[in-house]
Amino acid sequence: MTDFLILGSIAMAATPLVFAALGELVTERAGVLNLGVEGMMLMGAVCGFIAVASGAHWIVGAAAGALAGACLASLFAALVLGFAANQVASGLALTIFGTGLSALIGSNYVGTPVDKIPAVLWGLDPMVFAALAMSAAIALWLYRTRQGLILRAVGENAEAAHAHGHTVLKVRLLAIMFGGAMSGLGGAYLSLAYTPLWAEGMTAGRGWIALALVVFGAWRPGRVLIGAYLFGSVGVLQLHAQSSGLLAIPSEILSMLPYIATIAVLALLTTRQQQSRAPAALGQAFHRLR
Amino acid sequence: MTELLALHRTTKRYGAVVANADISLSLKAGEVHALLGENGAGKSTVVKTICGLVEPDSGFLSWRGERVILTGPADARAKGIAVVFQHFSLFDALTVAENIALGLDNGRADSALADRIRDLAQRYGLAIDPSAVVGNLSVGEMQRVEIIRALMQDPQLLVLDEPTSVLTPAEVEALIRTLRLLADEGRGILYISHKLGEIRQLCDRVTVLRSGKVVGETDPKASTPDQLAEMMIGQRLTAPSGKPPVNSDARILLEVEHLNAPAGPLGLSGLHDLTFTVLAGEIFGIAGVAGNGQKALLAALSGEFPVSSDSMIRLNGVAIGRMPPQARRSRGLAYVPPDRLGTGAVPDLDLSENALLSAYRRLAMAARGLLHPGKASHFAQQIIRQFDVRSAGLSARAGSLSGGNLQKFIVGREMLQAPSLLLAAHPTWGVDAGAAAAIHQALLDLAASGAGILLISEDLDELLALADRIAVICDGRLSKPMAVADADATTMGLLMAGEAVDAAH
Repeated sequence: MTDFLILGSIAMAATPLVFAALGELVTERAGVLNLGVEGMMLMGAVCGFIAVASGAHWIVGAAAGALAGACLASLFAALVLGFAANQVASGLALTIFGTGLSALIGSNYVGTPVDKIPAVLWGLDPMVFAALAMSAAIALWLYRTRQGLILRAVGENAEAAHAHGHTVLKVRLLAIMFGGAMSGLGGAYLSLAYTPLWAEGMTAGRGWIALALVVFGAWRPGRVLIGAYLFGSVGVLQLHAQSSGLLAIPSEILSMLPYIATIAVLALLTTRQQQSRAPAALGQAFHRLR
Repeated sequence: MTELLALHRTTKRYGAVVANADISLSLKAGEVHALLGENGAGKSTVVKTICGLVEPDSGFLSWRGERVILTGPADARAKGIAVVFQHFSLFDALTVAENIALGLDNGRADSALADRIRDLAQRYGLAIDPSAVVGNLSVGEMQRVEIIRALMQDPQLLVLDEPTSVLTPAEVEALIRTLRLLADEGRGILYISHKLGEIRQLCDRVTVLRSGKVVGETDPKASTPDQLAEMMIGQRLTAPSGKPPVNSDARILLEVEHLNAPAGPLGLSGLHDLTFTVLAGEIFGIAGVAGNGQKALLAALSGEFPVSSDSMIRLNGVAIGRMPPQARRSRGLAYVPPDRLGTGAVPDLDLSENALLSAYRRLAMAARGLLHPGKASHFAQQIIRQFDVRSAGLSARAGSLSGGNLQKFIVGREMLQAPSLLLAAHPTWGVDAGAAAAIHQALLDLAASGAGILLISEDLDELLALADRIAVICDGRLSKPMAVADADATTMGLLMAGEAVDAAH
């Protein structure tokens, strides 16, 4: 019974990371680096929570979270696509903005209780399975469809993709919006299922972990999924180790374990493989000539 | 023959620069039409106009006799126009089949596509593996991918922008055969180049472009290369005037003695016991097939990779073997590196900053840790004027210059530092005829003024025309230097292939 609980809590710890990291993966594969994941997750968390606290069904709450993430992402898209602004600076600004805005609109909801998303199978809620299905769907879409191929092409060499008549800015806009929606979904999962409550800055750096997972997962959906679950499991296990008091290791060291283990495993996975490099056009603005 | 595409007095300006002025051009089915011009003559703008990337400011295009406006590459493709660009628009991380699928309107990289690729490759002699990753292919293979991608759409008109600038002679021959085959099928081909030999061998018509204008249209087979070159450059190509012979008692400027270097670091090959001298007023040529130690020799001489002992290299009698590059520069060494973009110039810095980078020590452009931007821009201005560098001015990025103009800038930058010894590697590689002639003349003038030049080149004609003495490098070893009068192509060829030749001269 305890084993089953641990497995369940691992899946729940991993799910928000899976959503956010997959969204960022798609964005980066289109050549756009969005460092605003943390901000978009927070906006998704607060908006999803407010919807459910106001009486909406959790599905509506999750949708509200995705929509909030996509809205914030569209702001980022306006900056980096519309004005060809620096992607790193714009992304950082987005995180700061999202952190502040979510704290402001969520201030009346701190401590409000809501019903957790109900479990459907093995004590797990549907969002856990949705995250797994998403990673398979994204992998299939990226590698087996023409649209996926065009997205990868835009992220490799935007000028060449444009010369072939593909609409670089449109592809990038959709990729950014998708990334925002997925981050928002990840945030909503935190406030509706994982905790479930709203607190200021409750993502606690998970947006940055998601960004790191994309890099260490070599921009591949399967690797990113493994990384998220690895991070989740070491995190949960070290908590159990701490509470059991069996190990005479300082808790600070144990808290570091998830980060170290995830980086070590994913780094080992990627060095073996030649095709582990970043999309060649990542972070480069695209200027249309004419 | 039916006319496919025609340009009617098209003009395109970029700011104050007129890239194309009143261009009229008629391309017909079954004909290979050449567009000839120097770098910067406006050829690329014509290509961009034809494929819909650039809209002319005035004038118009017609397709099969009807006036059209091309809204973009997809539109041009739908009409039956396919373009193979000079700089490949390939995606390195993707496979051949994926790259080709991206150029099709509804392509997917499946086995049916792979079969079509193999089929086309077979038919036109363009061997390629559809599942290979493009980043791992050679340049010639990448171009085959580009051509197959263009042919996939069964185009009526195929445009090739400087297709042979990166190919080996054998690859050029194969390409010309393929293109003839395509023209015989009734397709129109526009072949853009500045190589006269290929144009005369392949093309039926040639339109010559100079400074954005059409200066003539003719049958290339009925014209001599000199006539075509004259049309292209706008003046007679004069053979470089010679320089006085080297005095037998001339001072030794560079003395290389038993130069040895291990193979390995930085991917350099080893050097084995190289000994030679360069005298004042002399051009000393080193011939050889690429990859036989030229890079290692350049790194050792320029200071990029200092050698094990100071006395292996002496400049003006001073042992410099272990000195860093700037210390050598301030003692009178100047260096034209083999690659323009990379070691020769920083593409994203402007011309005056690039001038500063190599000259700041020797021309004292810095004092007490602060730079003199004024001195640098004055120096850059002087280079631009004396070496006829065509650019948008001092603030133009180095990467925005055409190959020939950037090379003139780099050669000028090194020569105007009044070096006692100039190290020049492939100074005219990939440069058009006019710029090459200017660079050759400048090298001769520098030697005539008493400097020594070490010229490393793969171009035998260049070496035989300029050098006083020549040696051949092969497998990290240097042949005995011989006077250029004693060097004939056969001996040189044998030496380059590594055959020991009795150098009794």
